[in-house]
Amino acid sequence: MTLPDPQARLGHPDCLGALLDRATVHWSREVALIEANRDQENVRFTFEEFRAHALPLCGWLDQEGFAAGDRAAIILTNQSKWHLSAFAVFHRGGVLVPLDFKLSGAEHVALLSHCRPRIVVVEWYLWRAMSSAEGFDALPVGAVLVTEAPANAELPAPPHVAVHRWEDCRSETLPAGPVARRREDVACIVYSSGTGGRPKGCQLTHGNYLSQLAALTQLHPLNPGHRYLSILPTNHAIDFMVGFIGPYTCGAAVVHLRTLRPEFVKAAFPRYRITHLALVPMVLKNLAAGLHTRLDELPPVKRALFQALVGVNRVLSRGRPNPRLARRLLSQVHDAFGGHLEAMFVGGAYTEPDTLRFFHDLGIPVANGYGLTEAGTAITLDRLSPPRPETVGAPLPGIQVEIREPDDDGVGEVAVKSEMVMRGYLDDPELTAETIVDGWLLTGDLGRMDDGHLRLFGRRKNMIVTEGGKNVYPEDVEVAFEGIEAEEFCVFAAHFLWPGQGTGERLLLVARRDAAPGAPTPSAADTAAFLRDIEARNRRLLDFKRVGGVLLWSDDFPRTASMKVKRPVLADEIRARFPSPDGAVETVA
Amino acid sequence: MPSKTEAETLSEVLDLAAAQFQVPRADLSGGDDFFAKLGIDSLKALEMLTRLENHFGVELPDYEMQGVSDFGTLADRIHARL
Repeated sequence: MTLPDPQARLGHPDCLGALLDRATVHWSREVALIEANRDQENVRFTFEEFRAHALPLCGWLDQEGFAAGDRAAIILTNQSKWHLSAFAVFHRGGVLVPLDFKLSGAEHVALLSHCRPRIVVVEWYLWRAMSSAEGFDALPVGAVLVTEAPANAELPAPPHVAVHRWEDCRSETLPAGPVARRREDVACIVYSSGTGGRPKGCQLTHGNYLSQLAALTQLHPLNPGHRYLSILPTNHAIDFMVGFIGPYTCGAAVVHLRTLRPEFVKAAFPRYRITHLALVPMVLKNLAAGLHTRLDELPPVKRALFQALVGVNRVLSRGRPNPRLARRLLSQVHDAFGGHLEAMFVGGAYTEPDTLRFFHDLGIPVANGYGLTEAGTAITLDRLSPPRPETVGAPLPGIQVEIREPDDDGVGEVAVKSEMVMRGYLDDPELTAETIVDGWLLTGDLGRMDDGHLRLFGRRKNMIVTEGGKNVYPEDVEVAFEGIEAEEFCVFAAHFLWPGQGTGERLLLVARRDAAPGAPTPSAADTAAFLRDIEARNRRLLDFKRVGGVLLWSDDFPRTASMKVKRPVLADEIRARFPSPDGAVETVA
Repeated sequence: MPSKTEAETLSEVLDLAAAQFQVPRADLSGGDDFFAKLGIDSLKALEMLTRLENHFGVELPDYEMQGVSDFGTLADRIHARL
């Protein structure tokens, strides 16, 4: 069956500006955007109202001389002004630079100095944090629009920069129509999770986004009445696509919450009849843990009955999550998600197969995917027919995936070719040439194709080759240690932590055990039991995959916005405290 | 005018944090990074904010807390709303 192409409905526009412009006209009466703060609703716009609020900002940009190809950065948490500002930038033919609002003021100053935008839209508290960072006075930007500035506050401003209140940036002279851009023109510069040193600004074209959009809406068609809860930061590739461009194109609504406290997130599901949601693995795991606890608290008879219903659901749905059926069988779980959920997406880091299976058994369709900012968001997605939780699914329509130089097990570097692959890194032809070779994007991830589904093993640069010539992937080994008595842990090659110290090709498990520094220190007996558990798990692994030592760590692991462990940063921290493995590492067998 | 001084607000913030996360009160001071000192992640920090809101009867928007990681700044933000 061929599904209707939502871009055809809008006359196949060549750029995001025209796409969004036509979508707001086509879907005029549908709800576009809801912004809630706790129990109160700040904003509810139909597409028509959204358009009426965005066009005066478009007019203001014209008045300021903002022209096609000019850059505009957005540093905002998820809220209505994110979408309004981005609409205006695309409408006037600009290049959007969405920055991660979770970075520090100094990091924002550094990235703005790298991309030199004409316009910056930023929340008051983030702007204030930037104002005390080094380099603020020389910030190479034209004008700054500050949102949510308190009425009596004086706005900090570098000497040469015009700083305005966002609310004041409106013109009554509205533009006639969107500025036309070609498919090959750059639409966004998105900084990928580069955690230090060299900024990696991925230049994504209008064509990249329109191709990705076509592939995603073919797999997951959205319609008016669908409600997407936008929790991941919109600067992140996933939310930009499934929490902004996708729903707008299809006439579906996006729900923003100004407060992400668990109690308000929970209340939002039934209140706004949420149908779609995207998460990072860590949040999914927390949700699973919460449900586990609730099930464990049921009296034994009820729990047995529930497990039996899970079994019935599994048989009746033949392994494919069927929310309609499961909603009837397992209503108490589905009620916790509001009872309208149709699909959840998870990506951005490794998701444990057990977590995915747990949701699938409950009839909650969680589609695991894999993607890179460099590849225009998603590369693969599990179609769930039936689910393949040990993989990240099959390539999206229009994407070719190849495994380069596979070893005896078929594992090699994942290479990707499609219309969605970025044009290159901003001002970094060298890195671009290393990353995109003959039109193929080299991902740096190691994987294998299992009958059309991609299974990932880790990052190429984290891989170690043992003395016996075996390839070992630390991330792959971590799976065997899921469930150990630790708050968080990860596996490193010892030579990655202490290069050139003759540590050999040994694997080390770094674990943070205590929840709080003030909590009682684990007793010697407790630590011994912990180490015994590691050794027991070691014995179940092939000898070359076993960890040879354990390092007990006391601080939180540094993580990226999508909650991936920043391995190089953690390695630096470990090295700073322990210049050598001596005395730091407990040897295990 | 708030009925408390800034120092009193900070002191109450530290009392509550110490009690909630079971760390010795004497170990906490205004300049401390609460993530490091309490050993909490951002989700736990949100729980702490909820508790502080209930105690002081103020609302502390999440977006206003971006980049805030020390007790002193947190107490200032609360005090400004009393």
